[in-house]
Amino acid sequence: MSETMTGAEMVIRALQDQGVEHIFGYPGGAVLPIYDALFHQDKVKHILVRHEQGAVHAAEGYARSSGKVGVVLVTSGPGATNAVTGLADAMMDSIPLVCITGQVPTHLIGSDAFQECDTVGITRHCTKHNYLVKSIEDLPRILHEAFYVASNGRPGPVVVDLPKDIQFTPGSYSRPVNNQHKTYRPAVKGDMDKIRAAIELMANAKRPVFYTGGGVINSGPHAASLLRELVRLTGFPITSTLMGLGAYPASDPQFLGMLGMHGTYEANLAMHECDVMINIGARFDDRITGRLDAFSPYSKRIHVDIDPSSINKNVKVDLPIIGDCAHVLEDMVRLWRQTAPQIDKVALKDWTNKIEGWRARNCLAYRPSNETIKPQYAIQRLYELTKGRETYVTTEVGQHQMWAAQYFKFEDPNRWMTSGGLGTMGYGLPAAIGAQLANPKALVVDIAGEASILMNMQEMSTAVQYRLPVKIFILNNEYMGMVRQWQELLHGGRYSQSYSESLPDFVKLAEAYGGVGMRCDKPADLDAAILEMIHVNRPVIFDCIVDKTENCFPMIPSGKAHNEMLLNDYLGETGTDIGSVIDEKGKMLV
Amino acid sequence: MSQMSTHYPDATRIETVNRHTLAIVVDNEPGVLARIAGLFSGRGYNIESLTVTETEHEAHISRITIVTTGTDSIIEQIKSQLGRLVPVHRVVDLTLTGDAVERELCLVKVVGKGDHRVEAMRLASAFGARTLDATLTSFVYELTGSTEEVERFIKLMTAVGLVEVSRTGVAAMARGAEGM
Ligand SMILES: Cc1ncc(C[n+]2csc(CCOP(=O)(O)OP(=O)(O)O)c2C)c(N)n1
Ligand SMILES: [Mg+2]
Repeated sequence: MSETMTGAEMVIRALQDQGVEHIFGYPGGAVLPIYDALFHQDKVKHILVRHEQGAVHAAEGYARSSGKVGVVLVTSGPGATNAVTGLADAMMDSIPLVCITGQVPTHLIGSDAFQECDTVGITRHCTKHNYLVKSIEDLPRILHEAFYVASNGRPGPVVVDLPKDIQFTPGSYSRPVNNQHKTYRPAVKGDMDKIRAAIELMANAKRPVFYTGGGVINSGPHAASLLRELVRLTGFPITSTLMGLGAYPASDPQFLGMLGMHGTYEANLAMHECDVMINIGARFDDRITGRLDAFSPYSKRIHVDIDPSSINKNVKVDLPIIGDCAHVLEDMVRLWRQTAPQIDKVALKDWTNKIEGWRARNCLAYRPSNETIKPQYAIQRLYELTKGRETYVTTEVGQHQMWAAQYFKFEDPNRWMTSGGLGTMGYGLPAAIGAQLANPKALVVDIAGEASILMNMQEMSTAVQYRLPVKIFILNNEYMGMVRQWQELLHGGRYSQSYSESLPDFVKLAEAYGGVGMRCDKPADLDAAILEMIHVNRPVIFDCIVDKTENCFPMIPSGKAHNEMLLNDYLGETGTDIGSVIDEKGKMLV
Repeated sequence: MSQMSTHYPDATRIETVNRHTLAIVVDNEPGVLARIAGLFSGRGYNIESLTVTETEHEAHISRITIVTTGTDSIIEQIKSQLGRLVPVHRVVDLTLTGDAVERELCLVKVVGKGDHRVEAMRLASAFGARTLDATLTSFVYELTGSTEEVERFIKLMTAVGLVEVSRTGVAAMARGAEGM
């Protein structure tokens, strides 16, 4: 049944029909009709952020913690350009978003009108798809199609740019029977012959390893439970990318920890020495592979990915399987059960022993201290003291992010949200706000750095306004620690512009925003302070003063292979020069 | 599959660069050409020639023909990156489907008198070019042929007073009874 309504009303109606409960946005001239339509209903709740970048990251946090599509509404021109970083972030990390941007009226497009920008032009390559709506007849279809495109296949952000005149134009709206795209139909089911071949390869493996990524999370909780089933059935060890943490429980003995640049010794060596690699939903990112021509030299590689362009992009694989992780995992589990393969128990035992030897190296050990809080210790305590709860963790970008990934053990999918592909400082606080909104009862912590948090600090106001009791746990080392670490590695320890000068008093800052401020600088006081933070039912900024000199290890320096990792004790007792370990060619890399 | 094979590249292997002609069927919607051209520039791929027009008006479907060069793995990436774009229906590598027919049309203007003019006419008729316009001092010829033919024609015409060239780029189709 079709109804007559304005374009602005259609936007809200389509959101309702899609089951959207929350949107994140910021008003302006080119979206006022939509804001007016919002005003007349209460099904879709609008969260007023303080900066459009915050709106997009909040929608990402909402999407990643709930499995739903995140929705953003911003005005034309500066509203749209402010959203661009968030869109690029969602594109890199494959997060489903629909972002509606206002645009100047159709007849003014191209005239450099006030607050005009070429939004579809600017966002073309940082969105999965985008639309400029040119007539009211197209609007209902485009709105629903946007949700379909954002969430089907490899997820990603979709922009719908909507000129103001079309928001006022009446037209007929009916909910499409199925909101598919007319031609876009990504394959979800993997080729059975390939899956059979994969099972055979796995059955004959002597040194296998699962290498899993964000694709498993994106595929939904069912994919994660199938992964657990397959990993337990086979008994093979498993490692995960930064994006995939939580798909497999970190406390399980088969789990080797994260791999890659700051991955564990055992995970990276297992990747280096394996004879069969089973990549499920990961993309051979350069943070993972290190030096490409020395990457996992002895392995046959199986690669399950929904995006054909991920296959053979960075690393050649032997057995590509294009499909959705959950679908392919389901077939794999079934086939493995059916065939009940005779695995080489002796070889696998040797392999496990070898891995346990690497694990015994205890690569995440650090020198404890009674005087200063070690950042690693702070994360460990945060983890231990929040263990029994439903906890969601977001991060900013830097050393604290890597420490969070290393020392916080994620047992479930969708609990960990970090900017992986783009590495966007300022991601964590708005993402935490989105996650808290989607999970009102849960504990949501943004593990932050003192530099990153200032990039979207203004969102503290949003948290206070909507009574979202997010906890900002700042590992305050007074440095852009990750930059300082690289300056030690590459630039002779010349700390050009990486000292955090003139920091605000974070306790007072929290109070100024109407939140709660806390500070801790003694290891002995830390537990009590963390417990207090958890129990405050308001937004908290926790200024955790940590050791300023700690670096993040293990580390595979750029241009090095997995078996050329730097470990914590590389520094020896004096802890001076790490500058000599990267050659000239490596210094060119990022 | 042998047991301990490695993925280290062979020490002196140099991957050869090949020329491929791709036929891409797309929704004819605003921005689709920008998406495709932007993909090539953004990811550092080559475009040697690109042609596009609507081929099915009712269905708003266009066919884009792109001639590109790259190593086998780059060509594979180009195809799957194209396939990822939402308005792209199909990508067919005509170079792999066997020897496709490829044609382009060019218009050339030559200006000259005396021997040059006579030679231009001789060349044009040797290539089977059509005369579209003539004045006492100039001709406009049309030649349809393979890229190589067109290039040879233009090169020869340069010697006899070529002043202007306009080319369509390649249109291509697989041989045989099967449709795309
Ligand atoms: C928007 C943005 N700008 C710059 C960078 C480069 N960068 C990566 S980490 C980092 C320092 C982060 O400092 P801080 O938040 O204090 O974290 P720490 O490394 O000290 O834990 C910088 C500047 C980035 N990732 N994102
Ligand atoms: Mg810092």
